[in-house]
Amino acid sequence: MSAREEILGRIRRAVRDAPEVEIPRDYRTSVPVDDPVGLFAERVDDYRAVVHVLPAAEVPAKVAELVRGRRMIVPDGLPDEWTGGAAGGAELSGADGVVTGCAVAIAETGTIVLDAGPGQGTRAQTLVPDYHLCVVRADQVVASVPEAVARLDPVRPLTWISGPSATSDIELNRVEGVHGPRTLEVIVSI
Amino acid sequence: MSGTFLGMPGNFPKNAEKAVQNSQLRFNLRKATHTIRGKRASVVAELPDWKELRAAAKAVKDETLRHLDRYLVQLEEAVTRAGGHVHWARDAAEANRIVTGLVQATGESEVVKVKSMATQEIGLNEALAEHGITAYETDLAELIVQLGDDFPSHILVPAIHRNRAEIREIFLEKMPETPDGLSDEPAALAEAARLHLRERFLRSKVAISGANFMIAETGTLVVLESEGNGRMCLTLPETLISVVGIEKLLPSWRDLEIFLQLLPRSSTGERMNPYTSMWTGATEGQEFHLVLLDNGRTDVLADEVGRQALRCIRCSACLNVCPVYERTGGHAYGSVYPGPIGAILTPQLRGMGSELDASLPYASSLCGACFDVCPVAIDIPEVLVDLRAKAPHGAAERAGMRVAGWVLGDEARLAKAQRLASRVRGLVPRRLPGPLSAWTDTRDLPEIPEESFRDWWERHERP
Ligand code: SF4
Repeated sequence: MSAREEILGRIRRAVRDAPEVEIPRDYRTSVPVDDPVGLFAERVDDYRAVVHVLPAAEVPAKVAELVRGRRMIVPDGLPDEWTGGAAGGAELSGADGVVTGCAVAIAETGTIVLDAGPGQGTRAQTLVPDYHLCVVRADQVVASVPEAVARLDPVRPLTWISGPSATSDIELNRVEGVHGPRTLEVIVSI
Repeated sequence: MSGTFLGMPGNFPKNAEKAVQNSQLRFNLRKATHTIRGKRASVVAELPDWKELRAAAKAVKDETLRHLDRYLVQLEEAVTRAGGHVHWARDAAEANRIVTGLVQATGESEVVKVKSMATQEIGLNEALAEHGITAYETDLAELIVQLGDDFPSHILVPAIHRNRAEIREIFLEKMPETPDGLSDEPAALAEAARLHLRERFLRSKVAISGANFMIAETGTLVVLESEGNGRMCLTLPETLISVVGIEKLLPSWRDLEIFLQLLPRSSTGERMNPYTSMWTGATEGQEFHLVLLDNGRTDVLADEVGRQALRCIRCSACLNVCPVYERTGGHAYGSVYPGPIGAILTPQLRGMGSELDASLPYASSLCGACFDVCPVAIDIPEVLVDLRAKAPHGAAERAGMRVAGWVLGDEARLAKAQRLASRVRGLVPRRLPGPLSAWTDTRDLPEIPEESFRDWWERHERP
């Protein structure tokens, strides 16, 4: 018998008399938040990431200021006004930073989700450089995790980012920046 | 389950005795468990529907287990449709054989690994080494453990038994490129690890991971982590092999809305962990293999009381509240799964044939704190009592029974014993294998060698 058949058979025998289960979904699937952008910014800041909340018209200048002097990766499909005039095209291993958009952002947890869609780059492009600048549109900010899960498509590779990479492995002291970008900077465009 | 052994031999009481005499370990453990415990409590309190999330999580897991055969087949179809390859492994030896074969087929002799309890459980690194394949752990704590040639002591912070000076020594000795001037500041040590691993990440062709969740409906795998080494392993290599226990399944994509709230808050006490990666099948040109691991899980599933242990999402919250774990550390449990969850999972996965495994159900005072914090509501005391009834009686039992009392010492004993008495009465209709009387028998046992923080500081930290 193949391992597959044997394991499936063992399972069937094991649960033969187990009761059926009803799943109570009484938890909140949406959360009323007065100011999702404000809460998002506060929670991102809690992770020691840098956050700016700016009117859409001021975003291009801010991006330009932040990317100046850095060799940036500019992913395909990023709106021109978010490139900050960065030449882009930096090689993965030689890049200092990457600027992206995102798919969804979650206020309650201060999380950004990338789905490798237009303007978000490949997974490697947002991982290898030491600096990640992410521009979030206000309408991409949802209040809670269930609302984010509902908006996302699992067929796409997803990366949920909550602050810069970190470790607490040495005597439980939090150190920001191990293998992922050591600096995460977020601009919320309102 | 094969006899892969991780941790100390012997039995829990003997190991515990050694561990409680190690002040460094006890100090670190206490600091770690209390810090995480406090963080957890505050982020859990932020969610007004924690109780409802927990009830839903428990039911989702039970439902998954009830129809595990159907969901596994569904998962297999979804992963295959998305270009991945699915393999089934009855036990550790079979899983190791499959993974070894897959690595050999790539022609590579080095792999990078992201922390995975399943691969520790099956002793994958050792099995690969027998075939000339070197597995490099990339999680900072795992790296410290691997370079220091010892064993993980905590699910979440496996190197919690090492202090910064020891870590510095290990790095200087084992990472040749590390400058002699390396300080023992955590930031400097993390930087040294970053540099040490960066080249390896960029160069590696094969990675091995576990997964926190698999979604039957979509074939999606989910890995939660903090450092980014997970993303490096999952993303950069050409071939990715994930070894995952069959119980890690969730039926639908939507179920993640529950578990992505419960796990980070229970585990690191954060609203969300820094990075979560999700991928479905072969992604961005990568070759993807999923190895589904039984290795004793179906035996656990067959046990009416014990099967709830398979709901475990390895958050480690139960370790951080356990008064026995806090004093003994993870090594004493003699398995990759320490603490309360280890005390119920290991004897079920491995059987209670060895002295160690038979003593594990006694590594608890049955105070119930583990149950209270468990995000999937595993009634650990209930399973412990049930296992005690099933354990072979004899020397192991007698040695085992007194351990919790001995570890805890006098002050805690009376209160716990009273709580235990009331708790156990309701739980066990069968004959008790005598743990209650054991509480009174332990009075003349040696106390924990108490050393005040000041004494410890005098000995260790003063220049
Ligand atoms: S038993 Fe519960 S609390 Fe312990 S690690 Fe598993 S899920 Fe977490």
